[in-house]
Amino acid sequence: MDAFLDGFAVVAQPDTLFYCLIGVLIGMLIGVLPGLGPAATMAILLPIVVTVGDPIAGVIMMAGVYYGAQYGGTITSVLLRIPGEASSVVTVFDGFALAKQGKAGTALGIAAIGSFVGATLSIIALSLTAPLVASWAVDFGPPEYAALALLGVLLVATIGSGSKLKALIAAAIGLLLATVGKDQFSGAERFTFGSMELSQGIDFVVVAMGLFGVSEILHNLEERHGKPHVPAKVANVWPSRKELKEASPAIGRGSVIGFFLGVLPGGGAVMSSLAAYATEKRVSKHPEEFGRGSIKGVAAPETANNAAATSSFIPLLTLGIPANASMAMLFAALLVLGITPSPALVEENPELFWGVVNSMYIGNVFLLLLSIPLVGIFVRILRVRPAILAPITALITILGAYTLNNSTFDIFLMIAFGIVGYLMKKAGFEPGPMVLAFVLGSILENNVRRSLIIFDGDPTGFVTDSISGPILAVFVLVALWPVARALLDRRQRRTSLSESTPREDSLR
Amino acid sequence: MSDERTPTRSTGSDILEELEAEVAETLAEERLPSGGPAYQVVGALVALSIGIGGMVLALDYGLDNLRRPGPGLWPFVTATVVAVLSAVLLVVGRKLEDSEAFSRASVLPAVGVLTFIGFALVLPTLGFEIPALVLCVIWLRFLGGESWRSTVIISLATVAAFYLLFLYGLKIPLPHLF
Repeated sequence: MDAFLDGFAVVAQPDTLFYCLIGVLIGMLIGVLPGLGPAATMAILLPIVVTVGDPIAGVIMMAGVYYGAQYGGTITSVLLRIPGEASSVVTVFDGFALAKQGKAGTALGIAAIGSFVGATLSIIALSLTAPLVASWAVDFGPPEYAALALLGVLLVATIGSGSKLKALIAAAIGLLLATVGKDQFSGAERFTFGSMELSQGIDFVVVAMGLFGVSEILHNLEERHGKPHVPAKVANVWPSRKELKEASPAIGRGSVIGFFLGVLPGGGAVMSSLAAYATEKRVSKHPEEFGRGSIKGVAAPETANNAAATSSFIPLLTLGIPANASMAMLFAALLVLGITPSPALVEENPELFWGVVNSMYIGNVFLLLLSIPLVGIFVRILRVRPAILAPITALITILGAYTLNNSTFDIFLMIAFGIVGYLMKKAGFEPGPMVLAFVLGSILENNVRRSLIIFDGDPTGFVTDSISGPILAVFVLVALWPVARALLDRRQRRTSLSESTPREDSLR
Repeated sequence: MSDERTPTRSTGSDILEELEAEVAETLAEERLPSGGPAYQVVGALVALSIGIGGMVLALDYGLDNLRRPGPGLWPFVTATVVAVLSAVLLVVGRKLEDSEAFSRASVLPAVGVLTFIGFALVLPTLGFEIPALVLCVIWLRFLGGESWRSTVIISLATVAAFYLLFLYGLKIPLPHLF
């Protein structure tokens, strides 16, 4: 309890509050401006976090970017029919329908309130459960970590969008990339090709900035060329009592769904917004209203994606396993600052742990203020042309990479990864699993090798261990599920004979 | 992700699946046209060669045994996974529609990359101000299609803001001329 209150003391310092506000502002902005996602923005900001000096403030700022983006994404979904974030896609259906009926303000207001309630309930649940999870996990040894890291890589690879096979390939290449440099056990050089710089290993900040930041900047140059943005008019953001009453059950259910799905590694926020919307439609007495401007259809997914964004901090803060690409960036930020996230974080670094957790209460209050009374400012920002922002983000990225080691080698390496990321997108590979696997790569290798030494070279030790065994069982289940489902689908199709087109899975 | 309509609609059994299809469709509207089988084959072949190359090199580093894993063992395992999965992709992935075709607009990112490289080359000698200004002008006027007026204003303002932010705000010693 003391540590919890100390956390508030940390957040209440003017400096920390300032960085929290900056973080949520940036998050809200990039959420509103289609183009850069939260993971890319966090990657670009990594060098700045290092220079902030105060690790807690830096991490609080990064966290703010992530959950702030969830709020901002709503605005573009409702007003422009462009989801700023993948997790706001379902909001488009009813949000844009409401906007067409002249109720854009109501949609934004309900979404903001839902977001706030969902996030806050989720933080409360996080505050209560995270220390318990951490204390359970604190005795984990190398086998458990190896199994957890492996599961983390697999889940992120398989729950994302796009082809699972490609995601797994990208993840495996990420693991391979992580081995570049000096082997920590034997000192042997691997994949360095005689390069001095490479023998130090590839800096994950550079990899992340290239694969997320630069590749997205390049991709945007090609994709968005002169698309006019004409946002709908926003009036009367405060929802009426009747509307609030209509939305509140959806907000309640959305919070619960979001919290639980968010804890799962993978696309927590995206999946939970879909699940929350589907649930509302299923329990509703008037399912036909959905898609035609139902307030519940906005409240449920927006609540759920914020609750999920919040609870996705749990695996990172309690187990040291990032649950999605943005959390991988937060993980990277912690590593850069010399803190290795692990179950011991709560005990060894209570100020950081509670500082970050409690900053989310405050950050969400900031966001509620930004998205209800000040929403007009962000609506105006929608008119900013993407072309104007492109050189600014490009400069932040290049200069940031330079400041890492005051060397242009990092810039060139980052550009190289940027090109790789761009080409990956062209060929239909997501860079996310690769970055995540890269970040987890050395942890995974070290723990696998340490475990093998503990087990005296007997790999069955992973399976018979009481904790890593079940984790690996889950791993196998997750790995085989899509295969099983594909086979089932095929059999069904063969029996029905009604469909000639193969069913390509939509949102994998 | 494909923009094909899913046949599950006819059964009407699962709202979530229906919804996923609708979302996929919404997202597909934003996408560039798909590149076709050639892109898939090239992608799989590149991944396959990374896997095989990694396996060969890792063998060189020494696998040793499970009791005392050598430096090459882990890279060998991951490279093998890459190679095997890529081979599978080569066989089954031809019909995927998640690639994006190159088009005339693909020149824009290529120019963008060149400005990045140019910037990095001259940064240590010229400082960041002039290269930053040039980069802004190229990106705004030629890549972004802004008018000259807004190009000049935004470029100057951006460089000035970066100057203040990095040298005075964050106190980061960037190479600078002025």
